[in-house]
Amino acid sequence: MTTTGAARPRSLSNSFSTFLYQRPRLVLALLLVPPLLWLGIIYLGSLFTLLAQSFFSIDDFTAQTIYEPTLATYARLFTATNLSIIFRTLAMASVVTVISGIIAFPLAYYIARFASGRMKALFYVAVMLPLWSNYLVRVYAWKLILAKEGAIHWSINSLGLGPVLDWILTLPVVEGSSLSTSYIGTTLTFVYIWLPFMVLPIQAALERVPRSLLEASSDLGARPNETFRKVIFPLAIPGIAAGSIFTFSLTLGDYIIPQLIGSSRPFIGQAVYQFQGTAGDIPMAAAFAMVPIVIMAIYLAIAKRLGAFDAL
Amino acid sequence: MRSKASPVSDRSKGQAGWGLKSAAWFGVLYLNLPILFIILYGFTTDDASYSFPPPGLTTQWFAVTWARADFWEALWLSVQVAFASMLIAMVLGTFAAAAMYRFKFFGKEAVTLLILLPIALPGIVTGISLRSAFSLGDVPFSYFTIVLGHATFCIVVVYNNAIARLRRSSPALIEASMDLGADTFQTFRHVILPNLATALLAGGMLAFALSFDEIIVTTFTAGQQETLPIWMFGELSRPRQRPVTNVAAIFVMIITFVPILAAYYLTRDTDDVAGSGK
Repeated sequence: MTTTGAARPRSLSNSFSTFLYQRPRLVLALLLVPPLLWLGIIYLGSLFTLLAQSFFSIDDFTAQTIYEPTLATYARLFTATNLSIIFRTLAMASVVTVISGIIAFPLAYYIARFASGRMKALFYVAVMLPLWSNYLVRVYAWKLILAKEGAIHWSINSLGLGPVLDWILTLPVVEGSSLSTSYIGTTLTFVYIWLPFMVLPIQAALERVPRSLLEASSDLGARPNETFRKVIFPLAIPGIAAGSIFTFSLTLGDYIIPQLIGSSRPFIGQAVYQFQGTAGDIPMAAAFAMVPIVIMAIYLAIAKRLGAFDAL
Repeated sequence: MRSKASPVSDRSKGQAGWGLKSAAWFGVLYLNLPILFIILYGFTTDDASYSFPPPGLTTQWFAVTWARADFWEALWLSVQVAFASMLIAMVLGTFAAAAMYRFKFFGKEAVTLLILLPIALPGIVTGISLRSAFSLGDVPFSYFTIVLGHATFCIVVVYNNAIARLRRSSPALIEASMDLGADTFQTFRHVILPNLATALLAGGMLAFALSFDEIIVTTFTAGQQETLPIWMFGELSRPRQRPVTNVAAIFVMIITFVPILAAYYLTRDTDDVAGSGK
């Protein structure tokens, strides 16, 4: 029985394999070129088209796009109306991010530090299933729940707290005839939809905290509270930052939720949608779409400093 | 070492305070209760508003939905789109994962960013850039433009699953196979592929679910075609036969839950497969 490779008869596949083995660069190219071509041409290509479009303008009379580089569209972007749309969206994204963090942290902490075995699997599935189940269906569920004749209004009225809710709904910022037409409803739905994106990175960050660190902390005389504040929480910050990238970015670009639930005042996503659709003003839609991209670039730079990319 | 550590870690797991416990349960219920309302309202006799509690229960909406040709058309289009996107994403995602795992090269970080970008940027940005590119290039909106958009953001799901599995699997297995005389293809077929198969399948199923559910990018890349989410969105603004939307939603949930749960079970126990430790 021959044992050396050289003595074996060389099949075609064998020699081709050797050929490839000696040329790792070729293998790399063969593997990397198809996905890069796809993403480069279709995705990056489109992004650059969008960027280019934002430097064109639209003729007021013919409604045709004029293909000459200009900053006129960007000048039109910064009107009071548009700035208030941008501000409103930023405020909503911030509120949604903060509330998601507050609800997600204890859940993630419990899964990471206390749940084990079956319980842990149950919690994990309970977080993952909503993440992957249908987005529109989940938004629609809140439309049912928040409606004037729906479950929340019904329960609150049954408890005799109807007047309290009515009073809250007349407050300046939240104002709406029911929860489903107020900012409260929009916020609740946003938080519900993006919450898993916040839970998972925090949980991952907490799982990575070595137990020896906690033992060391308590050996050195720290109370559980102190250990939490000085050891666990700081180590969870990259996870929180990573989660906030998703909640923030996804809220910035969404146009379905504010359209279905909330007041009629538009968000960035709806503005983009209307400019490209009913208004047919592609340059303006493109310029508006640049707003979330720029905001996210700034946000990512900050998140990177907080170590978010190591926690993704 | 390991046997010594385990009783200690069990003890330190400890008991959570009731405050933490209830906060955690609140999170879980908040995430999962609303879906039950979709199911409940699929059976209501009230077809014009969302009154709670429902005035009566009926199963007639299942029959009504079953008889709607437009529902079946939308469902079939969604299945076709999701299947095509899944296949493209599985091929491209696996290729990318293999390249990123196996090689170090200049610009690797940029490639990672490029793969992540379609899900890191808001869907509306992806949607509108594709739309403006298609209309500049005079590409007619069709089934293919929908698939083009979907496959783009599905690649990352397959990529993530594949690269996570590759990172967990031991290079020693591959070296052993090569040392025992297998060539690259044999190693790939008998060692790497069986190791990777469940991760790929899981990634593919998640890609299917992701594409099947997508609405934002689809709104921009579809012409007259209606995928199921777009059909449902249209139904939402119609005043009559509201529960038909719920019945469709129940269908959608069943169709996406199956691959998601399957993906979960396929990747669940792979964390500590023997010999795959880092």
